[in-house]
Order: sequence, then C-alpha cells, then structure tokens
Amino acid sequence: MKKLIIALAATAATLGSFTVGAEAQEKTKVCFIYVGTKTDGGWTQAHDIGRQELQKALGDKIETPYLESVPEGPDAERAIERMARSGCALVYTTSFGFMDATVKVAAKFPKVKFEHATGFKAAENLATYNSRFYEGRYIQGQIAAKMSKKGVAGYIASFPIPEVVMGINAFELGAKSVNPEFKLKVVWANTWFDPGKEADAAKALIDQGVDVMTQHTDTTAPMQVAAERGIMAFGQASDMIAAGPKTQLTAIVDTWGAYYIKRTKALLDGTWKSEQIWDGLKDGILTMAPYTNMPDDVKAMAEETEAKIKSGELHPFTGPINKQDGSPWLKAGEKAEDGVLLGMNFYVQGVDDKLPQ
Amino acid sequence: MFEAILLTIVTAATPLVIAAVGELVTERAGVLNLGVEGMMIMGAVCAFAGSYLTGVPLLGVLCGILGGAAFSLLFGFLTLTLVANQVATGLALTLLGLGLSGQIGESFVGIPGVKLQPIVFPILSDIPFIGRLLFAQDITFYLSIALIIGVHWFLFKSRTGLKMRAIGDNHGSAHALGIHVVRTRYLAVMFGGACAGLAGAQLSLVYTPQWVENMAAGRGWIALALVVFASWRPWRVLAGGYIFGAVGILQLHAQALGIGVPSQFLSMLPYAVTIVVLIVISHNRRTTLINTPACLGKPFVPDR
Repeated sequence: MKKLIIALAATAATLGSFTVGAEAQEKTKVCFIYVGTKTDGGWTQAHDIGRQELQKALGDKIETPYLESVPEGPDAERAIERMARSGCALVYTTSFGFMDATVKVAAKFPKVKFEHATGFKAAENLATYNSRFYEGRYIQGQIAAKMSKKGVAGYIASFPIPEVVMGINAFELGAKSVNPEFKLKVVWANTWFDPGKEADAAKALIDQGVDVMTQHTDTTAPMQVAAERGIMAFGQASDMIAAGPKTQLTAIVDTWGAYYIKRTKALLDGTWKSEQIWDGLKDGILTMAPYTNMPDDVKAMAEETEAKIKSGELHPFTGPINKQDGSPWLKAGEKAEDGVLLGMNFYVQGVDDKLPQ
Repeated sequence: MFEAILLTIVTAATPLVIAAVGELVTERAGVLNLGVEGMMIMGAVCAFAGSYLTGVPLLGVLCGILGGAAFSLLFGFLTLTLVANQVATGLALTLLGLGLSGQIGESFVGIPGVKLQPIVFPILSDIPFIGRLLFAQDITFYLSIALIIGVHWFLFKSRTGLKMRAIGDNHGSAHALGIHVVRTRYLAVMFGGACAGLAGAQLSLVYTPQWVENMAAGRGWIALALVVFASWRPWRVLAGGYIFGAVGILQLHAQALGIGVPSQFLSMLPYAVTIVVLIVISHNRRTTLINTPACLGKPFVPDR
C-alpha cells in the first residue's frame, strides 16, 4: 500500500513538473494572415520572408503560425478571429482588403494586438504599418522615361485603392521629370493574384505599343510575358530577376523582416503601442533590386534619385503638380501631406486612363 | 494588332474549352463533379513537374493528363463505389487539389518554365490572317478542337455515346437494360479528369509557363458554368469558351485604349452573359429538358 502511494505521488510529481516545464516553454504566438500563397513570388512571399526572419531572430520566444490565401471580404473576418481565438498575442494582417475585418476583430479582442498593413484605420490595439512604395515607383518612372523609345509605359494595376493610385501617380511624375510628354497606359486587372489574367493584361499593353511596363499585381507572369515579347519591365514586391534576367530593370523589394522584429520585440518587452507607421527607402522597409539591363548613365541617375529620396532632399510629390484634368493640385515647392496621399483618389496630369470610381 | 488580340483570346479560351468539354461528358453520364478546379490545378502541377524533370514539355502534357485522370479516380471511388454525395465530394476534391498541388509544387516555385512550342503546319500557316491563328498553335489548341469534334461525334453519332446518355438520363432503366452504369460512369469521370488535367497543363506550359500555387485562379469554376451555359452541347462549349475568353481580353484592350468603360463592369460581363443565356435557354422548357441529363448528381445503387 505504502509503495502504491509513493508511486502515485511520484507520478503526480512528474506530471506536475512536466506541466510546469511546458508552461515555462510556452511561446508567444505572433500570427500572420496572407492574402496569397507564401510562395507567390511577390507580395505575400515578401511578408513570409519577413516572418521567417522574425522566427529566426526571436525563435526561442515566439512561434509564428500563418494562414495563406485568405480572401478579402467576409472570410477574412473569420480567419482573423480564428487566429485571435487560438491564442495569438499579435496578429499581422497583410493586405489592404483586410482592413475592415481587422478593425472588427480588434474591437472584439481588446487584449490581442493587431497590425494591419497598408491601411488607415487604427485603434488602441490596432496599429497600421506601411511602406512608401511610391518612392520606388518614382525611380521606376524615371528609368522608364529614359529607356522607352516610344515615350509610353504600361501599368498593370490591381484595384483602384489609394495605395495603387498613388503608385501610378508617382510613376508618372518620375517619368515626367525626365520627359514631360511621357504617357502612361493603365490596365486594371481587378485581381492581386491571377497569373493568367496578369499575363493577358501584359499582352494587351504590349499589343497597344508600350515598350516598358510595370505591375502592381503579385505574380511574375507579366515579367515573363515582357521577357518573351522583348520589352523591359519592373518587378513588384520581390526581386523577379529570375523570371526576366534580361528584362527586369529593377524591382521594388519589400523587406518587412526588420520591422516585424522591432515590433515583436516591443510586444515582448511590453512597450508595444498602437502607431501608424509609414516607413520608406531610408528606413530599409523597401529596397531597390539591383539596377540591371540599362546603360550606366540611367543607372547613375536612378542611384542619385534613390540617394536624394533617402536623404530627404527629394519628395516625389512636390509641386507644381496638376491633376489629370489640368487643374492645379500642389503649388511650386509644396509637398503633399501624408493624409492626402493615403486617401489618394485622383490622377495627376499625363496618366492616360479614366480612374474607376 | 487584330491578329495579336485573337491569338491572346485563343490562349485564354483553350483551357476553358478543354476543361468544360471533359466535364460535359462526365455530366452527360449523370455525374456532377464540382472538382474541376482541383483536377485542373493537379494537372498544372503534374505537367510542370513532368516538363521540368524530363526536360520534354510534351511529356509534361502527358503527365498533366494522367495526373488529372488519377486524381478524378479518387472522386469516382468515393461517389460511384461508396456512393458519397457528389456535390460535397466535388468541393472536397477542389480543396484537396489546391492543397496537394501546393505541397507537390513547393520546390518548383520561382523556376522559369519551358514553354510548349507551337506545331507549325508548313504552307497552311502562311495563309494570311487565319494561318498563324489556326495552324501555328501548340498541341493543346489542336487537342481542344479535336475534343469538341470527337465528343460531339461520340455523344450523338456513336452507340456507346447513346448508351452513356441513357445512363445520364435514367440510370435505373439503363441498368435494367444491362448497361454497365458504374463502369461507364468511372470512365466518364476519368475522361473529365483527364481533360481538366490537360487544361491545367495548358496553364503551366503555355498560358503562363511557370508554377504558382493556385494558378488556375477560378478557371475550373468558369468551366463548370460553361457546361451549363452550353446546355450540355459540345459545339456551344466551344462558342461559349471563346465568348468568355474574348470578353476578358477585349476589356483589357478597351482599357489600354483608354475607352472609358468601368473595368469592374467588364470583369463582370462573362458572368452576366451566362445569366442572360440561362434565362434565354430556360425560356423553352422542353428544349432545356431534352439536353439536361435527368439523373445529374443523383446517386446510383444497383438494386439487384
């Protein structure tokens, strides 16, 4: 009998210590919601690389579950809520279209922290973070104007949201700083992720005579078409040089890793605050892929512009700038305010398209 | 430029036509397989794998066909042998296909694919205007046309096709007459799977020669809509596939030309056209009934 009691006690003790051990090892959950697949070669892949860097940097303290291919819309709310319920301490929702869903779930789970990429709605436990992609787009526009023989570029756009409109405008402004007559043709694919449709859009633009092209959609299909048809193109979100070794001029590369590490550390230290962060080239949240397939003088110009943007000497949205219809928007020397840029719903002069409303 | 637009339309329409004509045969046999999207994506990944690993794109096409057919066998086993619900199984097949293909294709992501080369018919391809369009395409285009002709002949001119339609219309009577219902349905399901696989191969070897997860992007669902749009007639599948393809491409060109039509409206157009056609064809109830397989989606358990 005595033996049995000792055995039971020992078992209880082992079980007890086991539980304690598990508790001590319990890691903070930092969760990610992706709009595409983590291997899309573009936007979502860039976020996933950031997640991997985060896991590597803080691997002993955190785990980083993620959900892929979450559609924007009502499904997103379910997915985010599922993450919040599963014990995530911090949830990154990495697409503009998750904005309202994130706001709703954040209100339901006040103890969970949320960060929404590229949106503009914040709360006590909901921060937003964004990258000044337009800085890269401006540089692309300048390169395009130098490289294009026809003076017209093609732009594959996704959805008419401020983020995308801002990119189109920055590209056109960059191009016009080199060639005031430069024209920009825009095609709305109405998708972030559909290789076939993106390729069709690229073909349509090329058939209409553009000889340089950029994209604001997520797969490498347009780059591949550009390579096949022998025109030049820019990559989006990730370095797409593998899809067009002789085609890619440069790419805007999103480098979220440092940001994710910084914010997650703040969470672990207890210093996390809701902020609206909008970092740019100088902060390293976006970088330009190597300038390739262009003459040295164009490369030098691009590097100079990049340096000027980093130092703050050049702001792409500096007046005088007219709106598409010719009415004045910014006076000479005036710089656009961030709030206006984040809600941008109009084109600047020279964009050859009617903005879908 | 007109020719260039037509060439793009052909590329966009071909996978829809191939997948839809396969599903048409499956449905004519009375089986509703909603897993077209899943079989298509499995075909795409198998085709890319085959082409990449062997270095011969044509072998990739074969792998795509086999991959789609093998995957559809799973659907056949569940719905025909185990008599599971066809709608639920079809949806599950799509979800499984999306996940499984992502798993298989993980190591192929970011690898530039090899494009399937066109087969150029000498002399014929020199005919002005239509030459390049009809006689200098890749094998999937020729197969799509051959499939339409072949399926039309099979369904309406051959004895086996008649038996298969009988199964689709009344499997009980067909069984009583001694026709092998389950065996025929297995073959029809596998034919549908093979076609979806071929359509997938077209995506990863011709349309956009690369592998990206989820690259079918809803084309399987459009193919399903196309079968209803065509009211289960092969030639209408061909016409419908090209209408859908053309609307998608022309709206992009309209935008590039700066014609002020809202792009959302144009993106919606194929679906709106389907609804209109459904209304038009359902106007005459009798003709609709003639073409619709009466036993579509109904489980079959032999009673003796």
